Amino acid sequence: MEKFIKHTGTAVPLRRSNVDTDQIIPAVYLKRVTRSGFEDGLFSAWRNDPEFVLNKPEFAKGTILVAGVDFGTGSSREHAVWALQNYGFKAVISSRFADIFRGNSLKGGLLTVIIEQSDVEAIWAAIEADPTTSVTVDLETRTVCYNNVILPFAIDDYTRWRLMEGLDDIGLTFKNLDSIASFEKSRTSLKPATLPIRA
Amino acid sequence: MCNDEGAETAMGKTLAEKIWSEHIVRAVDGEPDLLYIDLHLIHEVTSPQAFDGLRLAGRAVRRPDLTIATEDHNVPTLNIDKPIADPVSKLQVDTLRSNCAEFGVRIHSLGDKDQGVVHVVGPQLGLTQPGMTIVCGDSHTSTHGAFGALAFGIGTSEVEHVLATQTLPLARPKTMAINVEGALKTGVTSKDIILAIIAKIGTGGGQGFVIEYRGSAIRALSMESRMTVCNMSIEAGARAGLIAPDQTTFDYIKGKPHAPEDFDAAVKYWSTLFTDSDAKFDVEVDLNADDLEPFVTWGTNPGQGASLSSNVPNPAEIKDPEARGAAERALVYMGLEAGMPLKKIAIDTVFLGSCTNGRIEDLRAAAEVVKGKKIASTLRMLVVPGSARVRLEAEAEGLDKVFIDAGAEWRNAGCSMCLGMNPDQLAVGERSASTSNRNFEGRQGKGGRTHLVSPLVAAATALRGTLSSPADL
Repeated sequence: MEKFIKHTGTAVPLRRSNVDTDQIIPAVYLKRVTRSGFEDGLFSAWRNDPEFVLNKPEFAKGTILVAGVDFGTGSSREHAVWALQNYGFKAVISSRFADIFRGNSLKGGLLTVIIEQSDVEAIWAAIEADPTTSVTVDLETRTVCYNNVILPFAIDDYTRWRLMEGLDDIGLTFKNLDSIASFEKSRTSLKPATLPIRA
Repeated sequence: MCNDEGAETAMGKTLAEKIWSEHIVRAVDGEPDLLYIDLHLIHEVTSPQAFDGLRLAGRAVRRPDLTIATEDHNVPTLNIDKPIADPVSKLQVDTLRSNCAEFGVRIHSLGDKDQGVVHVVGPQLGLTQPGMTIVCGDSHTSTHGAFGALAFGIGTSEVEHVLATQTLPLARPKTMAINVEGALKTGVTSKDIILAIIAKIGTGGGQGFVIEYRGSAIRALSMESRMTVCNMSIEAGARAGLIAPDQTTFDYIKGKPHAPEDFDAAVKYWSTLFTDSDAKFDVEVDLNADDLEPFVTWGTNPGQGASLSSNVPNPAEIKDPEARGAAERALVYMGLEAGMPLKKIAIDTVFLGSCTNGRIEDLRAAAEVVKGKKIASTLRMLVVPGSARVRLEAEAEGLDKVFIDAGAEWRNAGCSMCLGMNPDQLAVGERSASTSNRNFEGRQGKGGRTHLVSPLVAAATALRGTLSSPADL
C-alpha cells in the first residue's frame, strides 16, 4: 500500500448527507473482478446532471471530497473506496462516516477525516467561493489546513502509523501466526465446520 | 488480555462483550484486538479481488473448513439451467467457482439446493450458531446475530485478511440495548419493529455500536422474525445486532445438517450466552411494541419511514436543517407530495424476497393474504425465495401455486431485486413495495422508487394496488 503522510490538493463540495455506497457506485458496476476501472461508476446516477458538482470544470481536478454527514452508509462494497480512489480522490472529509466504509477506506489508504459539521460547512463555503483553494490533509500533524485555518482531527495512533508506513494488515497479522495457532488449539469442538459436508 | 480480565469480571458483561472476549487471539494496548472468526461466508461479488490478493502473495486459505461460498447477488432468477446470459455476470460467477475449486472452499452453486442468499443459507444449514463470530463481505451479515452470534459485514480487504488468517484486527465496539416491551398487534411484524427503530434512532444512530435487541416483544419472535430485526441493524448504522439465544433458538438449530452432534453440551454452552444482570450498556433505547402499526418508508433512506396510516411528512415541519433538506430531496426523487396519505400511493411492482424477508415464514405469511385472490392488474409481483431450499419447502406446501394463481411470478433464489444487480430491476420512475432492506435512490434500478414494507403489507399492497395492510382488505 502507498504511504499516506500528507496530501495537498483542491477540494470538491458534496453538499449531501447520507450518501450511501449505492450512490457512490451502483450495484450494476460491481460485476468486475478487478480492483481498478471503477471511476466510470462513481456517483453514476448524479453524473448525468450537468449541475452535479463533479461535472463543473472548476471542481474537475479536486482530490479531496468534502461530504455531508453519514457518508458511506449501506452496503459493505469496498468498490466504493476503489471508485473514489480510481477517480483520483486521496481523502474524504465529513462529520460522520458509516463504520464499514470507514474501515474499508483506511485499509485501502483513502484517508477519511472526521471534523465538526460546522467546520465542514466552513470548508464548503471557502471552496465554493474559490475552487482553487488549496487544502492540505496532514496525517503526521493530524490536521486539515486551508486559508490559514487549521482544524485538528482525531485518528487512532495505530491506524495512523499503519497508513504512514503504508503497511497492510495481513502482513502485520502474519507476525502473529503462533498466537493464532495456539488459539485454534483451545477452540471448543462444539463449533461447527463447513467441511466435511453434512447433508 | 490477561490484564483486562480482572477489571472486567468486577462488573457483568454484555452478551457482545462475552463473545468478543472469547475470541481474542491477541490484545495489546494501543492496537486493535485480533479476533478469531468462526465462520466466513463468501459470495461472487466481494471475493474475487480477495482471492487475487492471496494468489499474488502466494497465500492459502487458512481454514477452508470454516469457509463456505454461494452464488446470490448477481445470479438470474429465471432460466437458471441455462448459462448466465450477461457475460460480465457469468465471468464473476465462474470466477467464484474456479477460486473455490483452487482453494478448496465448499460452494453451493446455481441448481444446488443450498444455493441462495448467503444469510439464508448459513442458518438453514445449521452453520449459524450462538456464541460464534461470523463475517461476510456483505453488510447484512448482521442477520446471523439473531442466533446470539457476533456477526458483521466486512469489505474485500478484510475478506482477504480472513481467508489468509481466519482473524480480523478490530477496535472494540460500544454496546447499545434496544428494549422492545409489549405485544405486537395482529398484522404487525418484526419488520415494523425494525423500521420503527431506524426511524427513531436514525441511519447513523447505531454507528460504532453493537446493538442487543431485548425485551418481551423480541423474546416472542420466531427465529425468522428475529433475523429480520438483526438484518437491518446496519440500516441504523450498527455493524452488528444480536439477540440472546433461548429455547426458540435451540429448537431452530436442532436437526439442521450442521447442528452440533453433542447437542446437549452445545445447549449448555449456549445457555451461558446472555447479558449479565449487572452489565452496563453504553446506551439504552426503549420502544413500546403495543403502539406499533405497520410501518413503511416514504423516502430514500431506511430512516425515512412512518406508520402506514399516516401521511407523507411535510419537510417544512422538520426542524433540523440537514434532515429537512434530505426530506425535500427525497420527496422530489420519490415523486411524492407532502401531506398525501401513504395508503394512496400506487405501486407498480411488489417484491417479496431478500435476506430480510425471503424465508419460509415470510412466504407463508404473504401467501395466507393472497390465497384465493388476484393481484391488482396494475402491478406485477415477484416472489423470490431466499434459497433453493426455501423454494423447495414452499413448493412442498403448495405456496408456489398460491402465488402463481394470484398472478405473481414465482422465481428462483437470489438477491434479485433487492439490489438490482441481476436483470430483476425497476425501470426509471417505477415504484415498488419491497420486503427488502434499502430504499436508496436507484437501489432497485436506476430511477426506481422503493417503499420498504413487511411481507404482510407487500401482499395486501399487491391485491389493492396501493400501499395497504391486510386490515384494509
